[in-house]
Amino acid sequence: MDLVIARPEGLYCPPGNFYIDPWRPVDRAVITHGHGDHARTGNGHYLCAEPGAGILRSRLGQDIALQTLPYGERLQHNGVTLSFHPAGHVLGSAQVRLEYQGQVWVASGDYKVEPDGTCAPFEPVRCHTFITESTFGLPIYRWPSQAEVFSGINTWWRANRDQGKASVLFCYAFGKAQRILHGLDADIGPIVVHGAVEPLNRVYREAGIALPDTLYAGDLPRNDPRLRKALVLAPPSAGGSSWMRRFGDYSDAFASGWMLLRGTRRRRGVDRGFVLSDHADWPGLLWAIGETGAERVMVTHGSVNVLVRYLCEQGLDARAFATEYGEEDDTPPSESAT
Amino acid sequence: MKAFAELYLRLDATTSSNAKLQALRDYFAKAPAADAAWAVYFLAGGRPRQLVPTRLLRELATQLADLPDWLFEESYQAVGDLAETISLLLPQHRHDTDEGLALWVEQHLLPLRGQPADEVRQRLPALWERLDRPSLMLCLKLITGSFRVGVSKLLVTRALAQLSGLDAKRVAQRLVGYTDLAHRPVAESYLKLIAPESADEHAQRGGQPYPFFLAHALQAPLEQFETLLGPVEDWQAEWKWDGIRAQVVKRDGQLWIWSRGEELVTERFPELHSLTETLPDGTVLDGEILVWKPGICDDTLAVQPFALLQQRLGRKTLGRKLLADAPVVLRAYDLLEWHGEDWRNRLQHERRRQLERVLVEHPLAPVRLSPLLQASNWAALAEQREQSRELGVEGLMLKKRDALYGVGRTKDLGLWWKWKVDPFSVDAVLIYAQRGHGRRASLYSDYTFAVWDAPPGAAQRNLVPFAKAYSGLSDEEMRKVDAIIRKTTVDTFGPVRSVTPTLVFELGFEGIALSKRHKSGIAVRFPRMLRWRLDKPVEEADDLATLQSLLGPV
Repeated sequence: MDLVIARPEGLYCPPGNFYIDPWRPVDRAVITHGHGDHARTGNGHYLCAEPGAGILRSRLGQDIALQTLPYGERLQHNGVTLSFHPAGHVLGSAQVRLEYQGQVWVASGDYKVEPDGTCAPFEPVRCHTFITESTFGLPIYRWPSQAEVFSGINTWWRANRDQGKASVLFCYAFGKAQRILHGLDADIGPIVVHGAVEPLNRVYREAGIALPDTLYAGDLPRNDPRLRKALVLAPPSAGGSSWMRRFGDYSDAFASGWMLLRGTRRRRGVDRGFVLSDHADWPGLLWAIGETGAERVMVTHGSVNVLVRYLCEQGLDARAFATEYGEEDDTPPSESAT
Repeated sequence: MKAFAELYLRLDATTSSNAKLQALRDYFAKAPAADAAWAVYFLAGGRPRQLVPTRLLRELATQLADLPDWLFEESYQAVGDLAETISLLLPQHRHDTDEGLALWVEQHLLPLRGQPADEVRQRLPALWERLDRPSLMLCLKLITGSFRVGVSKLLVTRALAQLSGLDAKRVAQRLVGYTDLAHRPVAESYLKLIAPESADEHAQRGGQPYPFFLAHALQAPLEQFETLLGPVEDWQAEWKWDGIRAQVVKRDGQLWIWSRGEELVTERFPELHSLTETLPDGTVLDGEILVWKPGICDDTLAVQPFALLQQRLGRKTLGRKLLADAPVVLRAYDLLEWHGEDWRNRLQHERRRQLERVLVEHPLAPVRLSPLLQASNWAALAEQREQSRELGVEGLMLKKRDALYGVGRTKDLGLWWKWKVDPFSVDAVLIYAQRGHGRRASLYSDYTFAVWDAPPGAAQRNLVPFAKAYSGLSDEEMRKVDAIIRKTTVDTFGPVRSVTPTLVFELGFEGIALSKRHKSGIAVRFPRMLRWRLDKPVEEADDLATLQSLLGPV
């Protein structure tokens, strides 16, 4: 029996009668993480991993009917045993393990295999069937080491500071921004954040994640000399808006896995592209799939056909799952709205 | 190699000309002359022919990366650049060579050309293992002949001028021919570029042409001409010929013909070889080479479509029949050197008067003067421009009467405007899409367009493809079209997707001709998207009859 099937509302568990990350409102929704394409409003009941509660409430509302479960703890629902396991994607992100009549399925949501210090690191979970994303499902995607990327960001910032220029780094407000903050060399200068980033920082700090001190852009007068030395974190949508004017002559950059390709970076029209993703790269996907020991793999959003074909050639029973995920950092800049 | 790879990264990492100029200066200040010589060559657009066949490169890379062929192809489609794809797929290595660019090019890369496949299979992996990713990508770009970075020749010229304290025009002059296929850069050629000015520099230049002066596109509405350009009397107006821009150089009893790409094309045009006898030494003419068939009716109508010239350029050997079918002349419009003297700093109308005099004194069969158009006001000139299509020209050229002959697309010494006629246009339907390259990589941005084969109301009609285009959309529009293509895909053939026809675009093009090679029987020149017709349903797109009417009398 399939423990998860694709329905128009989202991925559905028939024996448990609940959905995982549904894209249409349903009664019971199990949420893997708080990104907008996975956690949507309008569901009757929400269940998520405990560290994700703060994020979910701040994004979907304080009054949602939310139940939480610590990583690794088990819950019975209609005969299905459910537990959450860290996915290493963003704060509170989880893989959902489902067990029913001796069959184990794991729905991974979005995941990254390299630990980053801002969320619990990915844990492989043995299962019969593994549901994997495929955002960066092409062998061209191999991430440089985080140390290399952060040294690149710090060097760029330092050089701009020395020229009296602000360094505006575009990144997604939830997850990526905090990861960058965590990895920056805060001694270089002041760090300024956009209004979209600030509330998420608060949630991370409340969860005990160490982030350097940040200034809220709205609190600084336009001619504040600190702006000329600052690293500024802003969501991509701020690019080209009047909000940017306060920085005068600045250098800009974009942090995303898509920046690995010269074409995508140039299309962004920024000075620099830093290759930093909260998704697994190609070796990471293959490693994670291998570690689960699963014989059957269901592939969702990204390079679905490529990964399915490749896994089948490796002797696995791989199939495609049609979903409506892929927004925020999942989609190549070419397709997203910003 | 590493230093040049770092320069590439710096140039690629910024859109600011000043930052690029600084990066170039930093590089050239430190680079050994032999490396700098090759760097100038590549940056100024020089490209040796492909050193290793693409097929062999792909095969090697697929093997080394341990991937199935189809996965290499998928990767290439996502990246849109072969060199970059391979550099992303090969095993990564630490940089393990301090050999410079010149050594790499001369001793490792150039010798690969013409080697048997097995020899290349032996040599290349060992070379690749010594390079880190940025250097590897660069190395691959040099091998495939696809090295490009957002630097103009003008910028390289400025960097060298600033470094050497020379006038940029002098450096530009010395750079002429530098990227020619026949020229192989060595330390000495670089040192010559930046050497202090010598007294006999002018005498030493052999067959070198002058850097071409280029026109800017004029797009303002006619009402603004008076304000923008001043009175019509200040300008010299000519037809804008649709041929090959060329300089004819006659010095020391020898003739050289240079195309705008600074390629030596003397051998391509035997019709002009008689100028070796008739032109006095120390003469340089600037003009347009055109296919010309006199005797049909009046002079102007003798210009043949560019397509004919293009056919001729495509041939390796020029047979007698071809020469008879497509004879060329030079339409001369400027005089750059006379009696060995550089005339570029004289005013446009003085050069013109002298050119007329020269051509009267030396009536040269294959050279014809490009006539001046007379008009008492801008509106009258605009009226003459309307005849452009019938006359087989692209519109008008406006040259300021007091303009000096500048270098490249500059405005500081004088101004030339090209005032082209509006392109032909039809509303066409997008039926196939393919992912693009470079900036458009992984986006469905290269499209095939079709028109209907019968008028609206016909019992049955089909869409016939007639043109491919990829330019003209904003990034924003391109993203939207990409999303629609992904949603409306019906079928895929390799990298090509066929889509349900829903998108209509106004397609512009410069020329139209009958063609046996195209399904529609028609070929258009420089097709591009002028506008996304969101207001037009597919049924209202144009049909073949519209295209045929544009063909004009045949």
